[in-house]
Amino acid sequence: MKAVCWERTHHVAVEDVPDPSILNPRDAIVRITSTAICGSDLHLYDGFIPTMQAGDILGHEFMGEVVEVGTGVSNLQKGDRVIVPFPIACGRCFFCTHDLWSCCDNSNPNAALAEKLYGFSGAGLFGYSHMMGGYAGGQAQYARVPYADVGPFKVPATLTDEQVLFLTDIFPTGYMAAENCDLTGGETIAVWGCGPVGQFAIRSAFLLGAKRVIAIDTVPERLQMAVDGGAETLDSLHDDVFERLKDLTGGLGPDACIDAVGMEAHGAKADYWYDKAKTMTFMATDRASALRQAINSCRKGGVVSVPGVYGGFVDKVPLGAAFNKGLKLRMGQTHVHKYLPRLLQHIEKGDIDPSFVVTHTVSLDSAPEMYRTFRDKKDGCIKVVMKPH
Amino acid sequence: MAVATEQRIDPTLVRSQPFGWHESEDINSQVNVGRIERWMSLIAGGVLAAYAIKRRTAGGGMAALAAGELMYRGATGHCHLYQALGVNHAEGHAFERGTGVIADRGSDTRRRLGGRRGIHVEESVTVNRPIAEVYRFWRDFENLPRFMRHLESVAIREEGVSHWAAKGPAGTRVEWDARIINDVENKVIGWQSLDGSTVATAGSVNFAETSHGTAVRVHLQYNPPAGKLGSTIAWLLGEEPGLQIREDLRRFKALLETGEIPTTEGQPSGRTARTRR
Repeated sequence: MKAVCWERTHHVAVEDVPDPSILNPRDAIVRITSTAICGSDLHLYDGFIPTMQAGDILGHEFMGEVVEVGTGVSNLQKGDRVIVPFPIACGRCFFCTHDLWSCCDNSNPNAALAEKLYGFSGAGLFGYSHMMGGYAGGQAQYARVPYADVGPFKVPATLTDEQVLFLTDIFPTGYMAAENCDLTGGETIAVWGCGPVGQFAIRSAFLLGAKRVIAIDTVPERLQMAVDGGAETLDSLHDDVFERLKDLTGGLGPDACIDAVGMEAHGAKADYWYDKAKTMTFMATDRASALRQAINSCRKGGVVSVPGVYGGFVDKVPLGAAFNKGLKLRMGQTHVHKYLPRLLQHIEKGDIDPSFVVTHTVSLDSAPEMYRTFRDKKDGCIKVVMKPH
Repeated sequence: MAVATEQRIDPTLVRSQPFGWHESEDINSQVNVGRIERWMSLIAGGVLAAYAIKRRTAGGGMAALAAGELMYRGATGHCHLYQALGVNHAEGHAFERGTGVIADRGSDTRRRLGGRRGIHVEESVTVNRPIAEVYRFWRDFENLPRFMRHLESVAIREEGVSHWAAKGPAGTRVEWDARIINDVENKVIGWQSLDGSTVATAGSVNFAETSHGTAVRVHLQYNPPAGKLGSTIAWLLGEEPGLQIREDLRRFKALLETGEIPTTEGQPSGRTARTRR
């Protein structure tokens, strides 16, 4: 089959590889009909996530048709149309049974690697480094899906791939980011980053009762998409974000701040160049200007919610500001399984149509070019969907 | 069995171990062997005993005696040699209970793992299954090779006695017989190799109910003898014995909780493509 393989930093290639097979009783094989490039794939592309190996198959946002099931899978049949959550979760451990699916205790065969860096290992993830399990990803024609009796989620034929594909990651990720803001109705939320996760965070915040969302980015078409979603916008290249947020909130600051940027933040300020220098000299791994600004801007007693991915170490985090303002910090890989039923309902009821985020639909062969385009935010690129067949 | 035919024992090693089983009036007041070390003493004792059985010679007899002491030490926490030398590895290690992972990392451990004092490993894992099920699964020793990677097979011979086979380097194999020396349902299982078996080893596993499932604490103990058998044992355990047992327990937990062991072996990648061409 064809698969998108990570070769080295800034280099992916479409390779001809063997088809996947059932390796464990609870596995299934899915023939992939649609697969997306995620912003977090760019962290792999840019070499920010350790333990990638040349030849690793990328991709963790995919859906398709079940073509084979293992002996331990009784709830799926050949021909079922499913979306596949990006965290691989066993459904039986303490964490899975407490709705903490991305903290699954059993799904990472390389947990020892992750433990060295993080103390404990989270769930295995599709196509996201050996430290995260080394699972072959879904930017391919077929994928093996472990624990297929708890992961894959059947979707109705009445909805298109583009309407349900983002249930695998970015919609629940944006939704969990908003849910973590403890909304009770009427709040003002600021969202750093108007990429796909930011877009879903904006819309989810409204679904959960926020009155206003202020979206922050530098890319015009992304800011426009945020406006389309009902947000007010700030351009962080030209606006003094902290002062503007104060102005817009009557001097109070936003009730909650969402960092939908993560470890590769861009910025024009001194702290960006400081991070850049430190990461280039291997003295730090992550650049965190968005996180710093979110912590500084948040109102007292508010929430800073972090759906943006961080992988290692961050310098100059204003923990004093967080502490003295009594902030709550919420973060983590998304517990996708937990959110699927309610988010599918929102889609079916027409509350949201996630296909709005797609700007590029291409074949798998275009992956190398599309990684570049997406990374450079060229050609108005916000979300790439690939069709492997 | 290839391994067991031509080992030698380092006489200095044998001499350095106190011989024989000794009576202790009050064991509890005399615990001077570290927790992890106790576990290793048990296994090492087993390994050595197995060696001794194989060689029914004077050297073998010495090894058997050393094996006995090691296992005694592991089981009771009291080492006569340590007492004689004034060494107490038990002090200051109370925090190790249930956290063998951390305790294993210190330089102190590295020192203890090397040389003649034997190898102890203690690791813990919490399994999200009822205690009775977890106990029963372990109590059937034939299940152990399903998650202990270095074990090839365990066959139950008669009540309380089992025959163990482990993989050695380059297709070799080490075998020994063990018997259950302690068995309290849903609490503890302890075993040690039979006197005079090729390998002197011992182990125990404790079960405790917690709010998160069943906490399982495993002690294993062995003493790598000199010579080829010693290097086989060292090979089996790897550079960090704690790490290997930790991985075994991870598989144990996965097997009980999910019915399978997570793997990516056999999946496609761009690497398989290249080797094919």
